[in-house]
Amino acid sequence: MRILECGDAGLLVEVGGLDEAMTVHAALTAEPLPGVEEVVPAARTVLLRLAPGHDPARIAAAVRELPLRSAATRPAGEVEIPVCYDGADLSDIAAATGLSETEVVAAHSAATWTVAFCGFAPGFGYLVGDDPRLHVPRRAESRTRVPAGSVALAGGFTGIYPRSSPGGWQLLGRTDTAVWDLDRDPPGLLRPGVRVRFVPV
Amino acid sequence: MAALEVLETGVLTTVQDAGRFGHARYGVGRSGAADTVSYALANRLVANPPGAAALEVTLGGLRLRARGEVTVAVTGAPAPLRVDGRAAAMNSVLHLGEGSELRMGTPEHGLRGYLAVRGGLDVPPVLGSRSTDTLAGLGPARVVPGSVLAVGEPPPELPVVDLAPDAAFPAGEVDLRVVLGPRDDWFTADAVHTLLNSVYVVSDRADRVGARLLGPPLPRARAGELPSEGMVPGALQVPHDGDPVLFLADHPVTGGYPVIAVVVSADLRWAAQARPGTRLRFRRAG
Repeated sequence: MRILECGDAGLLVEVGGLDEAMTVHAALTAEPLPGVEEVVPAARTVLLRLAPGHDPARIAAAVRELPLRSAATRPAGEVEIPVCYDGADLSDIAAATGLSETEVVAAHSAATWTVAFCGFAPGFGYLVGDDPRLHVPRRAESRTRVPAGSVALAGGFTGIYPRSSPGGWQLLGRTDTAVWDLDRDPPGLLRPGVRVRFVPV
Repeated sequence: MAALEVLETGVLTTVQDAGRFGHARYGVGRSGAADTVSYALANRLVANPPGAAALEVTLGGLRLRARGEVTVAVTGAPAPLRVDGRAAAMNSVLHLGEGSELRMGTPEHGLRGYLAVRGGLDVPPVLGSRSTDTLAGLGPARVVPGSVLAVGEPPPELPVVDLAPDAAFPAGEVDLRVVLGPRDDWFTADAVHTLLNSVYVVSDRADRVGARLLGPPLPRARAGELPSEGMVPGALQVPHDGDPVLFLADHPVTGGYPVIAVVVSADLRWAAQARPGTRLRFRRAG
């Protein structure tokens, strides 16, 4: 574990990988440290935003003392998301993975996905799957506009764009399921720990 | 019930409060007033509790009319103020009678002004906050001519001062203290030296999300992609094209490019007040 300063009001806890990041996040959520206002989990890091007037060095020492148990495997919920697999990058994904387009769709919809963390935009979940064949890089150039509901792949994650925005992920298909709805409580469908299965339509 | 009727807004006027807390892990950022010091002072002058919703006005140009009697205070970038055509002071308590008109001109220095009204702006909160997050598209709609903003119930406390002093706004180059990292090791030693010994100019691509800066490039020591990670306001992120971005209130929750340094929280207000064309110097804190 490496703890890096983010100015005087943030600490970035860097760990070996996603599982460890989820473990650190779970520990900080189960027993919040005084002075930590907000915890932002990511792929290999957990960011702690500190309340004003707290000593980052003292909080860093407390993080090193955290009892780390492996993150609970019990899912935080399960959802099925219908997908029309007609994305603009389907052939590029097939080329990058060495699979046929049909095999890409079969692999994506057969895999079990879990929301690891959120970010980029409200409701955008980074989903990790159990099929290593689906690891593809981001597009060389990002699109200025990716339509809402686009289902995409990048760097071992899959994600669904909650609203139209710029984006560099490879587009696999689209869904009508609203992943972010302010009239719902909580508004985000894809919260950390939620398990997701994609159903071709 | 009292209200503020907006007649003109200038380039961008939004409702802001202290920010949206507790939703970062769902991808929802803090947002809130960009210059938190000026915002808090405006509320204090009218004896509002901390966190009351106020107006954030970019580069002046606000004109509004009081519906009912209201008490307001304007802080932030020093701009000429007029109430019913007569000059009025910034950082002071202003009583507006029914139908009174307040005009905020263009600031001489700085970028953002704050108008707090006693009782706060009573607009519906979204996820516990009345801040407009321009990046995420959350919170109240941007304020436009014709907007009528309801004013909340005045608090029991009364204003105790008529005028508050504020730090002088920097007129020329702005010094911002930074802490290196968290990813300064992704850059060459020369890049770090360049950052701390050069002038960077705020480009015209500057908004509540952040300001793109123009200056000498900051070469990387390491190639490859950085996995997305959490970000803080004040972060100086360096994307592939090399122009650093100084992130402000509506910054994304996570970002995928290395952050070479972070502006200390005490200097964030000056980062938020730097308008396009402002020359910035980054100095090591401590």
